[in-house]
Amino acid sequence: MTDAALTPAQAAKARVRADAEALLKRRYRAEARFVFYGRAAIILALAFLVLLLGRIGLQGYSTFTDYRVSLPVQINADRVDMSDLAGSNFNLMVAESALALLGETDDPYGEASGEMMAILSGDLGFQILDRLREDPSLVGQTITVEGPMKANASLYYKGQISRDTEVGGRLLSDRQLDWLDELRERDLVSGGFNWTFLTRSDSTEPEQAGVWGAVVGSAMMLFVTALLAAPIGVLAATYLEEFAPKNRWTDIIEVNINNLAAVPSIIYGLLGLAVFINVLAVPRSSPLLGGLVLALMSLPTIIIATRSALRAVPPSIREAALAVGASRTQTVFHHVLPLAMPGMMTGVILSLAHALGETAPLLMIGMVSFVPGAPETLTSAATVLPVQIFIWENASERAFHERTAAAIIVLLVFMVLMNLIAVLVRRRFERRW
Amino acid sequence: MTPLSNLGASLKMTAQRDDALASAGTNRATAGKVSATEVSVFYGDKQALFDVSLDMPDRMVTALIGPSGCGKSTFLRCINRMNDTIPGARVDGKIILDGEDINDRKVDPVLLRARVGMVFQKPNPFPKSIFENVAYGPRIHGFADNKTELADIVESSLKRAGLWKEVADRLQAPGTSLSGGQQQRLVIARAIAVSPEVILMDEPCSALDPIATAKIEELIDDLRSQYCIVIVTHSMAQAARVSQRTAFFHMGAVVEAGATDEIFTNPRDTRTQDYITGRFG
Repeated sequence: MTDAALTPAQAAKARVRADAEALLKRRYRAEARFVFYGRAAIILALAFLVLLLGRIGLQGYSTFTDYRVSLPVQINADRVDMSDLAGSNFNLMVAESALALLGETDDPYGEASGEMMAILSGDLGFQILDRLREDPSLVGQTITVEGPMKANASLYYKGQISRDTEVGGRLLSDRQLDWLDELRERDLVSGGFNWTFLTRSDSTEPEQAGVWGAVVGSAMMLFVTALLAAPIGVLAATYLEEFAPKNRWTDIIEVNINNLAAVPSIIYGLLGLAVFINVLAVPRSSPLLGGLVLALMSLPTIIIATRSALRAVPPSIREAALAVGASRTQTVFHHVLPLAMPGMMTGVILSLAHALGETAPLLMIGMVSFVPGAPETLTSAATVLPVQIFIWENASERAFHERTAAAIIVLLVFMVLMNLIAVLVRRRFERRW
Repeated sequence: MTPLSNLGASLKMTAQRDDALASAGTNRATAGKVSATEVSVFYGDKQALFDVSLDMPDRMVTALIGPSGCGKSTFLRCINRMNDTIPGARVDGKIILDGEDINDRKVDPVLLRARVGMVFQKPNPFPKSIFENVAYGPRIHGFADNKTELADIVESSLKRAGLWKEVADRLQAPGTSLSGGQQQRLVIARAIAVSPEVILMDEPCSALDPIATAKIEELIDDLRSQYCIVIVTHSMAQAARVSQRTAFFHMGAVVEAGATDEIFTNPRDTRTQDYITGRFG
């Protein structure tokens, strides 16, 4: 039988089959296209993530090593004024000793000692001051002090300032570079882990600046936030979900909670400024104030997360408890809340992690200030990690830029830790039903 | 039990109850442990149950049968006031338990539910140990003064639910680790543990295999000697096997109620006949 001999019915069937094959191919092609788009999106997102983390890592990792010098210093009685110890120029004394060690003498204009002071940290001078306060008999003797190099000197040792750069563009003169080389050759300088960065607080000198104050500030602030937002949020959500009647009022409340979750965080800063500072006179720039503002900001997200965790508890469990004669409160507290716990905890921890990284509202309430120490109480002035990053980013000294990146690394480590805890809590408490 | 002796027992009990009620000064005569009169249920504007009147005698199994959506479960949930927990639900009419209107203001639904236990369609043990599942009810109601008493209640409840032998050596294992049929018996033990007078069962076997179903049916038959049992079932065979009285629901109303033998062998209403012979539903 030839094609021409096909009956109309057979022809229609054949045509349908051909159409069907074409249709099938088209459907497979559409699916392949979709899979491709999806993969491309994921690869793009990962690429951005790698770029971001890589950039921060590359810029920040060098902060975690620093170079320290160990110098014998002749405590020159001429330079010490025992009646005004703090007024004595110990930095000059250190510089002179260093010059003498390298076989040089200061010029009448103090240029050499000035350049020497620019590569040795002022921390050395403070150490001598402290030692003399303890033991004034050290005057006239030679003591050894150990402390950081100035940030620019460290940058040279780390290879970030090169001798090949033109003199005007590199912050260090040829003479200073020679001294640095010689100090290293004589083994007076050694590199090591930068504990200063983790144990000290903010400072105008980059080599003495650290994140400790900001870490403590962040921890205190987060403590206040957690103490307020977690119980209030969980109780509000539990009431709304399990006890409140479903009527127009609760609908309005629900809509508004969802809206509040979308309000830009800086608005919460304004609210904090207007209410907490101006009306309630909470000390500005304090962890208490920051915690209050961030608690307000976290509440909607905690309520939403808790409500969805409660909603995920199967109604059969509530029925089971009610059917054996448990009251509503017993049903909720004995059965529903324990089952919703992992979801609730995850929600709380994630919104606290979000609060930890929040900057904008804190700028509004004056937390953006130079605070050279860790806060001692909830009401003392403090800085927090994201704001510290913001402050250092604006600093002009080059060494602060690597510290900015390093502080971001510290912040990210805390974030990852909190997210990890959220995952572990979920795993640990998750129960099947 | 023949329908005749059934009827006799029912009459005897009615007489006793009438005496008790008369002495209590109530002029309403009730024929059952639980007696519903013109019960209507509304979910918002929608009426789900239309003037249902039904007596459920003590020490008997009353089966509620009927097509899906006919209001059997809604009626069942009136008896322990579980409908209270549904927003917008409203119950009219009277349900008398031992001479007391359960919808009366003075009746606390929480205490009522200890007297009227309930078993659900899908086994719903708490995600706790087997022991805790059974011990929870007695504990919140303060039935046990110490741990030994509590353990005794748990043991006797599990024994009466026919589960003791299977779980005696692993009371601390999670209740959810049991098989579906065992879970359902655990849930029955949990209901028994608070010493209810009435046990409501909402399609207790529909999620179980035939062997587990047979065990539950056997259990229901055992429990009949102590409780008033009301069971909703989709299986006509099950209703015939386990119940002494049957009520046929259709479109939110009771079409016919009476002794099970009577309903299945000699239904008065054609709709009942059509349903039990499988012509609709």
